[in-house]
Amino acid sequence: MNIMSEAAVEKALDQKMSDANFKMVGKDVSVYYGEKRALFDVNLNVRKNTVTALIGPSGCGKSTFLRTLNRMNDTIEGCRVTGKITLDQSDIYDPSVDVVELRARVGMVFQKPNPFPKSIYENIAYGPRIHGLSRNKSDLDQIVENSLVKAGLWNEVKDRLLEPGTGLSGGQQQRLCIARAVAVSPEVILMDEPCSALDPIATAKVEELIHELRANFTIVIVTHSMQQAARVSQRTAMFHLGNLVEENDTDKMFTNPDDQRTQDYIMGRFG
Amino acid sequence: MSSAALTDTVSAAGVDWHSDEMKARRRARYASDRRLQIYGIIAITFALGFLAILVGSLTFTGYTAFTQTVATIEIDLSTAKVDPANIGEADWRGIVRGALRAQVPEMRRSDERKFFEMFTSSAPFLVRDAVVDDPGRLTGKSSFTIPMADPVDQLAKGAISRDIPENQRRINDKQIGMYDQLVANGVISKPFNWGLFFNADSRFPELAGLAGAISGSFWSLLVCFVISFPIGIAAAIYLEEFAPKNRFTDLIEVNINNLAAVPSVVFGLLGLAVFLGWLGLPRSAPLVGGFVLALMTLPTLIIVTRVSLKSVPSSIREAALGVGASKHEAIFHHILPLAMPTVMTGSIISLARALGETAPLLLIGMNAFITSPPEGVFAASTALPTQIYIWADSPERGFVSRTSAAILVLLAFLVLMNGIAIFLRQRFERRW
Repeated sequence: MNIMSEAAVEKALDQKMSDANFKMVGKDVSVYYGEKRALFDVNLNVRKNTVTALIGPSGCGKSTFLRTLNRMNDTIEGCRVTGKITLDQSDIYDPSVDVVELRARVGMVFQKPNPFPKSIYENIAYGPRIHGLSRNKSDLDQIVENSLVKAGLWNEVKDRLLEPGTGLSGGQQQRLCIARAVAVSPEVILMDEPCSALDPIATAKVEELIHELRANFTIVIVTHSMQQAARVSQRTAMFHLGNLVEENDTDKMFTNPDDQRTQDYIMGRFG
Repeated sequence: MSSAALTDTVSAAGVDWHSDEMKARRRARYASDRRLQIYGIIAITFALGFLAILVGSLTFTGYTAFTQTVATIEIDLSTAKVDPANIGEADWRGIVRGALRAQVPEMRRSDERKFFEMFTSSAPFLVRDAVVDDPGRLTGKSSFTIPMADPVDQLAKGAISRDIPENQRRINDKQIGMYDQLVANGVISKPFNWGLFFNADSRFPELAGLAGAISGSFWSLLVCFVISFPIGIAAAIYLEEFAPKNRFTDLIEVNINNLAAVPSVVFGLLGLAVFLGWLGLPRSAPLVGGFVLALMTLPTLIIVTRVSLKSVPSSIREAALGVGASKHEAIFHHILPLAMPTVMTGSIISLARALGETAPLLLIGMNAFITSPPEGVFAASTALPTQIYIWADSPERGFVSRTSAAILVLLAFLVLMNGIAIFLRQRFERRW
């Protein structure tokens, strides 16, 4: 493996991709908020161990699509989803699906860091505790430590685990939220503009983290920043007015997109 | 920005910021700022002024009720014929009258009746009860505190002037003379009136106290809290978090808001019809009082709880749901604890309102004349506001100051409860 360049590895991985390798598949997904239609028959596949970036101007439906992937839209009054979304080939909107289990498998990180107003430890331990992922206290301690290590926060907070999570800086809070999502061992992590409330240094740290997390998780990230999409993702999907305009390899997307609208948006002609 | 830009009177857009017109305009805007501030200060001054007048006048008329004129009389019980096995049967009236009589030896027999009237008519019972509590007093001399009857108490406190004609006051010249002699004997004193807090109601002002009313209010509020707190929170959580938004829940919401504005006397009538009429619960009982107050408190509590649930940022809810918490886990682990300080404050403030509520209690008979504190929620009782109502209606002079004193006690409880609300809120908030 060492002698293969990163690009070569990427290519080899891509070739192995078949339908079965899509972690999540969205087919003809439409979303309505009451009478208003927010998404129009979106077909988008999310590949395993890949970072997929969703880009597009404000109000284009990228966040709406992201939130259909773990049914966070269920909490919005009057929201209706049609079409089919599968996670490992099973329909997540099937009436028999347990939403609690789905959200444990498809974790989420939000735009604004939203740690619970509890200690750092409690923030991480909450998910594993309600899902019964630990047998005893030392188990739980281990999960907390591992999650914080994975989120690159361990060294900064290991001496103050019992202090409130809300006392951390914005960037640390967002990494705490990522650690909290990681702690329940999800398969997919959804990120809704995770860096929009952070300064450039904190953003760089989170981006680096996303890069590392890719080894173990499938990541879907909504972002407003073209540069960020280019930096962190392997696949990019462009939304416009509730439609999926184009979905492609990130490299191709930013150099030679198939669709004129993508070209215009990336060049900054609208949005 | 260079200094030139500031001194330029005409900006690029052709606006002359330094023109008289612009200056006048700015002055007018500042003036309206100041006017608003002055209106606010005037409003606050008015509010504080009226509060000061209220508390001031209550204190002025009520402070005398916090002391009680008493006579401390030595009685030698070793010579009295009291059977230690049967203390209650002794001639306490004779014993007490003998001891009192000894204070003014030269008094004529015909004046005795007027003299004994100067002491509370319950004096024999007070002495008897003191001896029952401590039979050791039978073996020798000991002193007993006997409250003076209301006219003497008022004379001692200056509420009855000696200057007004004898036929216009409730205490005649002879009695004043005997009172002066008692003072000269050194038996009269004016200690703090503990009876105001530890005695139950009485027809005689010198013996009347708030113990019955305070414990009646306590039991009523306890019942009210036990019922309205869980039901109110449960209803609020259901309406806010689980109920579908449709015509029916809209109707419920409108009704709850209307109920909060329904006059409390209506709840009293409802309680009278339902709890006393249909269910046959005891009249005047704190249990029923609590039920009625709970009916009255519930709408407010539901509204407060819903508002506080709504005020918890939705990001917390999303965070909980995002890690796979179920709806009830998100509510009970995160949203409700965060809403709790406001809920606590709201419920204590609505309990404080219930404490001062009079009309519904009058309708279910909590304005009865009851001379012993209730022993539980089923015993007949009064409550603080109804006690004030009863006393305010009583003609004796002593009840005038006692009414004010009772209002002060009620206000003190209200201040205490609101203080607890503030304390709890701050304490809870410090936890996060």
